[in-house]
Amino acid sequence: MRILIVGNGMAGARLASDLSSLDTRADVMVLGAEQHPAYNRILLSSVLAGKHRPHDIGLVGGAKARLGVTVTAIDRAAQAVTTESGERIGYDHLILATGSRALVPPLPGLDKAITFRTLDDCHRILGQIDGASTALVLGGGLLGLEAARGLAGRGLKVDVVHAVGHLMERQLDSNASRVLERTLTELGITVHLNASAVRAGADWLELADGRVMRADLLVVACGVRPEIGLATEAGLKVERGIVIDERLRTSDRRISAIGDCAQVGSEVSGLVAPAWEQARVVARQLTGAEPLAVYTPPAPVTRLKASGIDLAAMGSLQAEGAEDLSFQDISSGTYARLLIKNERVAGAVMLGDNPSVGKVIQLFDRKLPVPLDRRALLLGRSLDGSSSVEVDSPALMPDAATVCQCNSVTKGALVNCWRDGRRVLAEVVERTRVTTGCGSCRDTVEGIMNWLARGEAA
Amino acid sequence: MNTVATHCPYCALQCGMMLSERPDGGVEVGPRDFPTNRGGLCQKGWTAAELLDHPERLTAPLIGGREATWDEAYSLIVSKILDIQREHSKDAVAVFGGGGLTNEKVYSLGKFARVALGTKHIDYNGRFCMSSAAAAANKAFGLDRGLPFPLADLAEADTLVLVGANVAETMPPFARYLTEQRANGGTQIVVDPRATPTARNATLHLQPTPGTDLALALGLLHIVIAEGLADESYVESRTAGWAAVRASVAGYWPARVERLTGIPVADLEFTARALKRGKAIILTARGAEQHSKGVDTVTAFINLALALGLPGSPGSGFGTLTGQGNGQGGREHGQKADQLPGYRRIDDPAARAHMAAIWGIDAAEIPGPGISAYEMLDLLGTQIKALMVFGSNPVVSAPNARHIAGRLASLDFLVVCDFVLSETAALAHVVLPVAQWAEEDGTMTNLEGRVIRRRALRKPPPGIGTDLAVMAELGARLSHGNKNGVRFDSAPHIVFEELRRATAGGVADYAGVTWERVDAEDGVFWPCPAADRAGTPRLFDTSFPTPDGRARMFPVEHRPVAEEVDAEFPLYLTTGRVLSQYQSGAQTRRILPGGVFLELHPDLASRMGFDEGTPIRVISRRGEMLAPARLSPAIRPDTVFAPFHYPGVNELTSPALDPISRMPEFKVCAVRLERA
Repeated sequence: MRILIVGNGMAGARLASDLSSLDTRADVMVLGAEQHPAYNRILLSSVLAGKHRPHDIGLVGGAKARLGVTVTAIDRAAQAVTTESGERIGYDHLILATGSRALVPPLPGLDKAITFRTLDDCHRILGQIDGASTALVLGGGLLGLEAARGLAGRGLKVDVVHAVGHLMERQLDSNASRVLERTLTELGITVHLNASAVRAGADWLELADGRVMRADLLVVACGVRPEIGLATEAGLKVERGIVIDERLRTSDRRISAIGDCAQVGSEVSGLVAPAWEQARVVARQLTGAEPLAVYTPPAPVTRLKASGIDLAAMGSLQAEGAEDLSFQDISSGTYARLLIKNERVAGAVMLGDNPSVGKVIQLFDRKLPVPLDRRALLLGRSLDGSSSVEVDSPALMPDAATVCQCNSVTKGALVNCWRDGRRVLAEVVERTRVTTGCGSCRDTVEGIMNWLARGEAA
Repeated sequence: MNTVATHCPYCALQCGMMLSERPDGGVEVGPRDFPTNRGGLCQKGWTAAELLDHPERLTAPLIGGREATWDEAYSLIVSKILDIQREHSKDAVAVFGGGGLTNEKVYSLGKFARVALGTKHIDYNGRFCMSSAAAAANKAFGLDRGLPFPLADLAEADTLVLVGANVAETMPPFARYLTEQRANGGTQIVVDPRATPTARNATLHLQPTPGTDLALALGLLHIVIAEGLADESYVESRTAGWAAVRASVAGYWPARVERLTGIPVADLEFTARALKRGKAIILTARGAEQHSKGVDTVTAFINLALALGLPGSPGSGFGTLTGQGNGQGGREHGQKADQLPGYRRIDDPAARAHMAAIWGIDAAEIPGPGISAYEMLDLLGTQIKALMVFGSNPVVSAPNARHIAGRLASLDFLVVCDFVLSETAALAHVVLPVAQWAEEDGTMTNLEGRVIRRRALRKPPPGIGTDLAVMAELGARLSHGNKNGVRFDSAPHIVFEELRRATAGGVADYAGVTWERVDAEDGVFWPCPAADRAGTPRLFDTSFPTPDGRARMFPVEHRPVAEEVDAEFPLYLTTGRVLSQYQSGAQTRRILPGGVFLELHPDLASRMGFDEGTPIRVISRRGEMLAPARLSPAIRPDTVFAPFHYPGVNELTSPALDPISRMPEFKVCAVRLERA
């Protein structure tokens, strides 16, 4: 079976890799419009920040990808696609992984601005930051903040212009937004909320209130839109994205769609976790590993982690009918809010130093019951039974308390030794074998012996 | 009073101990300042002598459960083996060995199987223990010695990462080095799904979802690359395969790894950065290795160590913690299905010729590679009609144990050598009572690759033989009429001399090790190719024993556990050890108190209405067991734990095997709980 994948991004390359690991002989071709080999788009902000080198963000593909090949049409009747150069490539099964493109608001002058979506965008931005000291980012969603963080990491002073009243409004509540704003300020990023841009140039924005903001560089990061042109023209059912069923098939059963371009139910995701799960499902179907595999969307988790920022947001923050837990320490930039329904995490936002963030994400992801003591979710590891057996005063230790685990020696056994006249550590060791295992109880044993010597046991 | 300096019979730390015979005939254990344990012992060691005169000790051979003479037993074994081999094939008789046997026994057992029985079927319980780490180390370094440096190096490390190792309970005197390392100001990071005593003492405890250590290792390497922590000049000059590995971890960005493992990104970053501060050592143990992806997991941690330039750098490196007493020597000298002594491969013509010359047979007579432990046990009763077991108790220690017990019961003939009637011995047609550790001489190779001496305090009690004598006598009887005159010796020092010649020129080269040197030097580290050459405490300082001297890096990918939880079996079961017990418990259960239990989180217990001590039925797809609940906040609420020393626990575990090492996935399977 000839498997043809259109799109060599996060979804397409992953599918090729999954196909080849399930069946090394699978006949797979990938067509990528970009000139670059498949790369990990998640890491673009890291490239922007100077952490990853561009050639270090390659994705392991499975099939030979043809790069710089743009598909212009699908001939569904003939089961073939046509490329820009007029080449026709046949398929038995076609997967559209065309992704999404940067959304540029229809403002006068904005068409000249640089977007932040592809490796080429990244190179374009990097090409302009030499000698630059300030940057403007239009958009205070996840993408905009990633761009801003990357630019700030390069030492630029950054202004973020956002039309809505709080940052990342799809993921955060207003308290989280305020804490995040404060954190960003410390990183050299100033946030302007409720600020609608009305006109723009290559390095300036005019806001609705008449202010004009200038910088050495303007980056537009206002989100993305599914790339559905090819599917639309081929007559496939499209709404916001290419409509697919639970088996990820489009309205043509020989064509599947995965990743940002695909719409499951009413949802278009834009996240990598669903794209990779979709790739896995399609690979299992097409290799026969599980011909009837169906797709269950993973729970959506948004994660922004860069030096100075640690943000996780997931699920719904609709408080109605939910337990609403929160912790905030604005001075340290820490904020956590969890909504719990039916003993499960229904939504959460965690910002700053939250040791429990990994646990909360897993509870949400796997729909596991939350701890009976909810504080463990907000405060992390300290309440999780991890305190070691340290006792301030030997007097408070029960006689049955084990002092030496390795040789099962209790405090009572040490007291008995003392009463029998063994008052030197070596004698106690000989009798009880205390401290002879891992040796970590030595301080405790000496403490007990000192306490006995002080006569407190009498 | 008769006194000898010897080592503990149990784990691979092989603590030095003194044994003295009291006037009343009893045996007393005393401390001994050996470089590994520095006088320390745990309760297993202190009480080890109690089994010597234990009332349950076997005193005579058993045939069908009735006492018999040795001659009767030998005659029956020989005639049964010959009958079965005549009727079926040489390969219809198999041998199952153990990682607690001395080097001399291990060597003899491999020879006995290949030469006296002529069977390809020999494997051992180390397959359930060290095989994943061994396979990964061999691939990467060209050599598998658990620790390529002396234990004392651990205390000097600025950062120490232990992955799936609970030494505070499994080998307590080892933990002295951890205490010392922390006291020296070192950072200690422990990776374990349970907050074990080892984890609780660490600077940082990473508590991953069971079965996700591989993703963790890949995520750490991702961060190492992103933050420019890789040692590019080391990688350039001392390794091969970096480009592919580097590319392969781009897909393991921190947020993804956090979601897979449950370990917060901040902790991942802390760990990666800590590994770059001065000297650093990464150690894996069974927690990371006993998985159907154990080899890949170890490979990923080795890649991480290599990227950081650790192996071969003084005080730094990668190692694995060997578990069984002679788990190291036991995997070197020919009781593995694919192996000849000296860590040679049985499919290597040069190795076959070398061994054939020593054994005095034709190279063509040496059988080819056999199959791995679980696969071999799975063939019992069908292709394999007779089995001889030495130093192992697979009814308790094999995964999917109910099935394996059934396979054992279907054998035409089962022979077990042991000193007590273990669960496996109880199924045997013939049981041969053999000496214990304090009654025999020999060598062991500890977790550092240090060859050490086991010394006899006293002779075995009357009527009790030794494993070597059993092999020698059966070897002689089975080889009767063999004009080549193959010899099987029962004296351990003579066997060791043959082992020296056999290993000469091999990877694990003992040619220069003598018992006298071992005594004089507090043990000798292999490789030691000549009597006038020093041993090798530290490996890899200038090159790796690969054809081009470079370590090999291989890209690996994370994959899910073989048996994920689902609605029917919603909890992970993980297994491990407790402080007071050793392996299948055949020895320690007769000495130390304790019983099976199921550890579960109080939240889980509360949701299910269980209290401390509630009898619980634990059910997996393969079997079930009963155990009282033990509540502990140290375990994740999605996971339960049971100690594997007790019959029943391994009836639950999964026989999904690692594709390379054939290690079963002991550490994760899916279960559900019911009130019993």
